[in-house]
Amino acid sequence: MDIHEYQAKEILSRFGVPVPRGGLAYSPEQAAYRARELGGSAWVVKAQVHAGGRGAAGGVKLCKSVVEVQAFAASLFGRQLVTKQTDAAGKGVYRLWVEGACDIARELYLGFVLDRKSERIMIVASARGGIEIEDLAEEDPDSLRRMTIDPATGLLEYQARELAFALGLTGGQVAQMVTILKACFAAYQDLDATMVEINPLVITGAGDLVALDAKMSFDTNALYRRPEVAELRDRSQEDPRESTAGDHGLAYVGLTGDIGCIINGAGLAMATMDMIKLAGGEPANFLDIGGGASPERVVRAFRTVLSDPEVQVILVNIFAGINRCDWVAEGVVQAYREVGMTIPVVVRLAGTNVAEGQAILRASGLPLITADTLAEAAERAVAARMKQAA
Amino acid sequence: MAIIITEKTRIIVQGMSGRIGQFHAADMIKNGTNVVGGVTPGKGGSTLLDRPIFNTVREAVEATGADASLVFVPPPFAADAIMEAADAGIRTAVCVTDGLPSQDMMRVKRFLRRYPEARKMRLIGPNCAGVISPGVGFMGIMPPHIYMKGRVGIVGRSGTLGYEAASQMKALGIGVSTSVGIGGDPVNGSSFRDILELFQADPETDAVMMIGEIGGPQEAEAAAWVARHMTKPVVAYIAGLSAPKGRKMGHAGAIISAFGESAQEKVEILEAAGITVAPNPSAMGETMAKVLLRRAAA
Repeated sequence: MDIHEYQAKEILSRFGVPVPRGGLAYSPEQAAYRARELGGSAWVVKAQVHAGGRGAAGGVKLCKSVVEVQAFAASLFGRQLVTKQTDAAGKGVYRLWVEGACDIARELYLGFVLDRKSERIMIVASARGGIEIEDLAEEDPDSLRRMTIDPATGLLEYQARELAFALGLTGGQVAQMVTILKACFAAYQDLDATMVEINPLVITGAGDLVALDAKMSFDTNALYRRPEVAELRDRSQEDPRESTAGDHGLAYVGLTGDIGCIINGAGLAMATMDMIKLAGGEPANFLDIGGGASPERVVRAFRTVLSDPEVQVILVNIFAGINRCDWVAEGVVQAYREVGMTIPVVVRLAGTNVAEGQAILRASGLPLITADTLAEAAERAVAARMKQAA
Repeated sequence: MAIIITEKTRIIVQGMSGRIGQFHAADMIKNGTNVVGGVTPGKGGSTLLDRPIFNTVREAVEATGADASLVFVPPPFAADAIMEAADAGIRTAVCVTDGLPSQDMMRVKRFLRRYPEARKMRLIGPNCAGVISPGVGFMGIMPPHIYMKGRVGIVGRSGTLGYEAASQMKALGIGVSTSVGIGGDPVNGSSFRDILELFQADPETDAVMMIGEIGGPQEAEAAAWVARHMTKPVVAYIAGLSAPKGRKMGHAGAIISAFGESAQEKVEILEAAGITVAPNPSAMGETMAKVLLRRAAA
């Protein structure tokens, strides 16, 4: 789960990371008020969306007057911000963060991630900040310093010092960096984060370290024990189809094709999408109905897939283990009738209670296209799509 | 002999009195699996499915001689249940539970390292379908009737794709020694490499079907090990050729976030290690058949 920059800054600040003073605004007037409240003569106005690359997309601006702050804020609110990390629809801007402009001498990069190789939290840092980590890894991989942290000891002082010196910090900056590293690690561990990123971490003209931007993501599996994190969820930043599906126990990811997929198991779902592609079609979505799916959940899956207006054919592919083919078949029949299906539906059932499931489909008398194997199912779905297009 | 589950394995089920635990324990028993008891804190002294229930894993091990445990405990308590099993002397735990926090798994992995090799517990999962040795027994949630006993090992992240591979092979008359689901989480108990090592050493396994997916470094690690140490043929399939970058595809670990984590990159890494990669997911069985034929002819 992602949160906004301002929320990440509030959290990190609580753990001891220095951040610029700023204020949140829900309207252009409030943005102007925040600027006046902060004082000074220059402010940075930043669109709060769950995506990186906001600066290049015009979502961040240095403003030299309160009038300018208000005008820029007015141009941002309600806009869909399209950055290189969003899809073509972009993310809606409903909140702005206004902070005092900062005098920047140097920019550093600092990130904390789960390293799947060592199965530990890893620090990634670079003396070159302000550009995306992906670009940095490509352009200047030697500038990246990596360090994994033993969960038994946590981040040790000497490790933090080593990193600070490796980044070329001197004098009081070293102690400041140690504080920042320990604070980020504590926030990561204590709140079940999956990512903490400060980019850039700047050295000001006065020589102090400040987190100018911040990003945090959290482990959704741990939200049950982190209510203070769970309440930061902002559904306006999510694809409504995906979040509604998630509420009903369905893992759904919208894609750009026109063959809607209803599958059980993440691996089989990905494999079915691959098979559709190889057969010459394009999957409209990834959808895993999960284990022990009731007929109701299957109906919900149909509704989710059909909420995408691009969908022209539906492919149901179930290899039941913990699931039951008869329940799925009941769901298919119920969904077909309830939604008044007008597009072809291809169904492949295998595994637990397959004979019962197939009997239910046959007895329904519905014009379902059935298939016995994965290959057949994909080919028939693509053929049905071709026939429609012809 | 197969791997992980053999005729000698004595299995307990942690969380057996829960709805899901009971359903699958009954299915395991019906299919001849040697389930010797269950553990549910607070329900010790009762019986379920004609098996004794214990309050702690330690009591269960002492009373039944259990050496394997299937964990059906809900996510908030699953890590603790796994560590309890390890400390009680269980040798293999299979955790089906989906939804363990990553940091719980980091703690579990570190906990398991405290034991010397001779009494260290092997963990399979979490978020996996389990392990089946056809004709011997199974620990997990798979439909046992789709598996035919034979001499090919299966190891995969996805449960359903493992079923798919087993049924494709069965249709071609190829049976399975053991099928292992290692699960779809970013931090898991056993890696592809861990299971490949067991299959390499197993006299009843002739070849291995390895089913990977996008995300993480474990397929590449397995490829490097296969190239250096594996003498048995390995056939592979990697799911997610059409998965977009940066999106989580159902499994917590199925996300392309670094170089080498896309399906295409993994296919290239596996092929470079001499592994035969099935061109598509419905060709897993026939690719294995071809490889076995080639080996028989050689």
